[in-house]
Amino acid sequence: MRYLPHTQEDVAAMLGRIGIDSLEDLFAEIPAAVRLERPLNLPPPLAESELLRELRRLAGMNAGVADFHSFLGGGAYNHFAPAVVDQLISRGEFYTAYTPYQPEISQGTLQAIFEFQTLICQLTGMEAANASMYDGASACAEAVLMAVRLTRRHKVLISRALHPGYRATVTAYCRYLDMQLEEVAVAADGRTDPADLLAKLDEDTAGLVIGYPNYFGCIEDLGQAAAAAHAAGAQLIAAVAEPLALGLLKSPGELDADIVVGDGQSFGLPVSFGGPYVGFFAARQKSLRAMPGRLVGETTDLDGKRGFVLTLATREQHIRREKATSNICSNQGLCALVTTIFLSLFGKQGLRELAMQNHAKAAYTRQGIEALPGFSLPFAVAGFNEFVVRVESGDTAGVLAALEDQQILGGIPLGGEYPELQDCFLVCVTEQNTRQEIDELVAALAGGAAS
Amino acid sequence: MRVGTSGLVLNEKLLFEHSDPGRKGYSLPELDVPSSDLPRELCRDEIPGFPELSEVDVVRHFTRLSTWNYGVDSGFYPLGSCTMKYNPKVNETAARLPGLADLHPATPAHLAQGALGLMYLLQEALAEISGFAAVTVQPAAGAQGELAGMLMIRAWHEAQNSSRRKVLIPDTAHGTNPATAALAGYDVVPIASDGVLSMAEVEAHMDDDVAALMVTNPNTLGLFETHIEKICRVVHERGGLVYCDGANLNALMGIARPGDMGIDVMHFNLHKTFSTPHGGGGPGAGPVGVAEHLVPFLPKPVVVKQGDTFRLDDDRPQSIGRLLAFNGNFGIMVRAYAYIRTMGAAGLKRASEMAVLNANYIRACLEETFDLPFKSRSLHEVVFSDRRLAGGCHTIDLAKRLIDYGYHPPTIYFPLVVKGAIMIEPTETESKEVLDEFCEAMQAIAAEARDQPEILHEAPRLTRVRRLDETTAARKPTLRWEAGKDN
Repeated sequence: MRYLPHTQEDVAAMLGRIGIDSLEDLFAEIPAAVRLERPLNLPPPLAESELLRELRRLAGMNAGVADFHSFLGGGAYNHFAPAVVDQLISRGEFYTAYTPYQPEISQGTLQAIFEFQTLICQLTGMEAANASMYDGASACAEAVLMAVRLTRRHKVLISRALHPGYRATVTAYCRYLDMQLEEVAVAADGRTDPADLLAKLDEDTAGLVIGYPNYFGCIEDLGQAAAAAHAAGAQLIAAVAEPLALGLLKSPGELDADIVVGDGQSFGLPVSFGGPYVGFFAARQKSLRAMPGRLVGETTDLDGKRGFVLTLATREQHIRREKATSNICSNQGLCALVTTIFLSLFGKQGLRELAMQNHAKAAYTRQGIEALPGFSLPFAVAGFNEFVVRVESGDTAGVLAALEDQQILGGIPLGGEYPELQDCFLVCVTEQNTRQEIDELVAALAGGAAS
Repeated sequence: MRVGTSGLVLNEKLLFEHSDPGRKGYSLPELDVPSSDLPRELCRDEIPGFPELSEVDVVRHFTRLSTWNYGVDSGFYPLGSCTMKYNPKVNETAARLPGLADLHPATPAHLAQGALGLMYLLQEALAEISGFAAVTVQPAAGAQGELAGMLMIRAWHEAQNSSRRKVLIPDTAHGTNPATAALAGYDVVPIASDGVLSMAEVEAHMDDDVAALMVTNPNTLGLFETHIEKICRVVHERGGLVYCDGANLNALMGIARPGDMGIDVMHFNLHKTFSTPHGGGGPGAGPVGVAEHLVPFLPKPVVVKQGDTFRLDDDRPQSIGRLLAFNGNFGIMVRAYAYIRTMGAAGLKRASEMAVLNANYIRACLEETFDLPFKSRSLHEVVFSDRRLAGGCHTIDLAKRLIDYGYHPPTIYFPLVVKGAIMIEPTETESKEVLDEFCEAMQAIAAEARDQPEILHEAPRLTRVRRLDETTAARKPTLRWEAGKDN
């Protein structure tokens, strides 16, 4: 076995030094009753070449973007990642290191996290960001818990237009805690209903969670939601599933959000069937000590040289145990590095230009589909790179299947999560979709509608 | 030859300090559709402080940063309870294959059969290795696996109309255990262990209000919980369930299975036992195995097989729900699956045997020099203390001096039950040659502590930065770069 360096002579010498006769003796403390007396029933080992053949076989059964024109989004986005990203994260010093508990030999990871925290603050308009969470959904759940901690109130309002995976995750995390989650309705324009929101905000409301943009791609009036939340003494949590939008949109911080969470997958991480992605979590300086997760801070060494360390660990599970602000330990370190490298490459101009391209392509697609008989756009409000399409015949599955036959993944059907939108699907367009692909989508829809 | 040496190490500013207006590190195709503006009132001006760098700037920046790190690829990383084994390179290739890396999570199941099949096969393999009835691969890390497990335990109790409040946790447990129990709404009751849990201690605390006992087996002292079967029986007889933290499964593959010991639920750490890289703090993955009675409560969706096809089953009314937006850290699952297929049954067993052999060899080489508080047979890791370290030196000094010798330090000051703990887990991928050199370094440092303790107090001396002021970092936190501020 190429990963196990022991020769027979080594094993014999080591057993001799330990003072036992056989490998079996190493396990003498394990009672016979619980010993496994047969070999594990697993497939036989594969050589490296055989393994790759087997994995290519499995990969070949999937519809990757190489084979299909994909208009799937909904919290996982098909953006281009420059070659630099993968080359740099493939350095063993980065990806084979552990959590930077020993700062003197972890300055690379630590400085990169410090840069990540800074970029997230700049992007979101906030004052403090942590070293990452698992994904946008679990970051959102942690934000809800933090709002409860900060306000000592027990009710949290969740917009129905928030990503369904985020809503489900918040529900699971809060399942057995002393708190209630209440849903805020969606208005006819695809945004959170302000009247329903005002009706449900009260003196026991700890926080309000709004997607920005929301799951339907619509841009919410975050400023208005923040004002309403603050008037009731609640925290406004903005959840950003497509952070590229923040290359153009006003930052949640500027619009007075108290906590901003989201997923950094758009910034260089492959869609990879749902993970690994990277949750980000940003808040106000005054809430710093209530934050979950790791934080990296700047300091100096014995010679006065700048360096970085994990800090404020007294919030964390390895010190505080059951009183910790979260149970999170490992986060998504390498994915945070990916987004840091991606944002360094795109920078101030690039992120804006990339965001503008996404918006322009989505707008072009939207116009194309809107003009088709048999289809309509239920939500008129401005969107970023996603929008909802209504199939007038009601046969969403039939339309999507017809697209599939033409090697097009046309969108995500919404009926499963939103019974009231049974006749709708969600379309996402990114810089990766060429005009030709978009024209083919529109033509295919036109053909499907005609038949 | 001593591994640690000095050499030319390059300094590097922060990204933001390099930035020069007008530099670009990206290229985009010409926009091939008409441009479109969002309403002005929705838009921001430029992002203040965002960097402007060329591609070369970015490549040099992160390459220099990487050289300030130490990874498993650099050398021996005996960090206890973290199982820092070698991360096979082919696994990295596998996770990046077209069809896997570019597969969208909302792809219809019939166009994602390879990915769903891989998840299913991984679930099956993990169930066989651990002896559980079923496995979910959804949780993103060990702590999230713990949460899934504790939520299932709570859901099971609720289904029996039982509203127990307490969870028993031994003093040797990882901090995530009590933090997770609290997140599942439980009150934590710490229980004492004397190396391993005694029946008397468990029986004394096990009452009608205890929902579960959380154990780690082998525990964080590297010792097998010898009474585990009886412990499980007593907990079950009194209406509770047993959770196992599977962080230390690397000692047991092909040797013994937690599911066969009576444990009800256990999380795996794919980034420990199954060789996926730790990435400087993740991403990992924390699948969870459960006994038959907990299957209905598994997080959803669950990958199921019907005939020859696979699908995600969402129709699970008793499920605790989902813990992530999508299907879990799929890229990590691919790596772990590649590892299991490479090793096979005999290879995995051999890995556990060599891991335990290595830990016991280090113990044999060092137990005359260093204090060994618990004497029963070690499994995958061994815990010493600094009691015999001379010259007023402590564990922290030994750890920092090891860096000068070219090693990543062991886990220190954990578990909490050993004062000045030095927790060494060599893993199976280290050769006798590496272990001999490491033990020589440990002996040499013990001698230095006796003869020239200041060398230890001032260590490390060969790193780019010396010991860092953590107190000031926490007292006046600076957590980001700000324009115009002197960073």
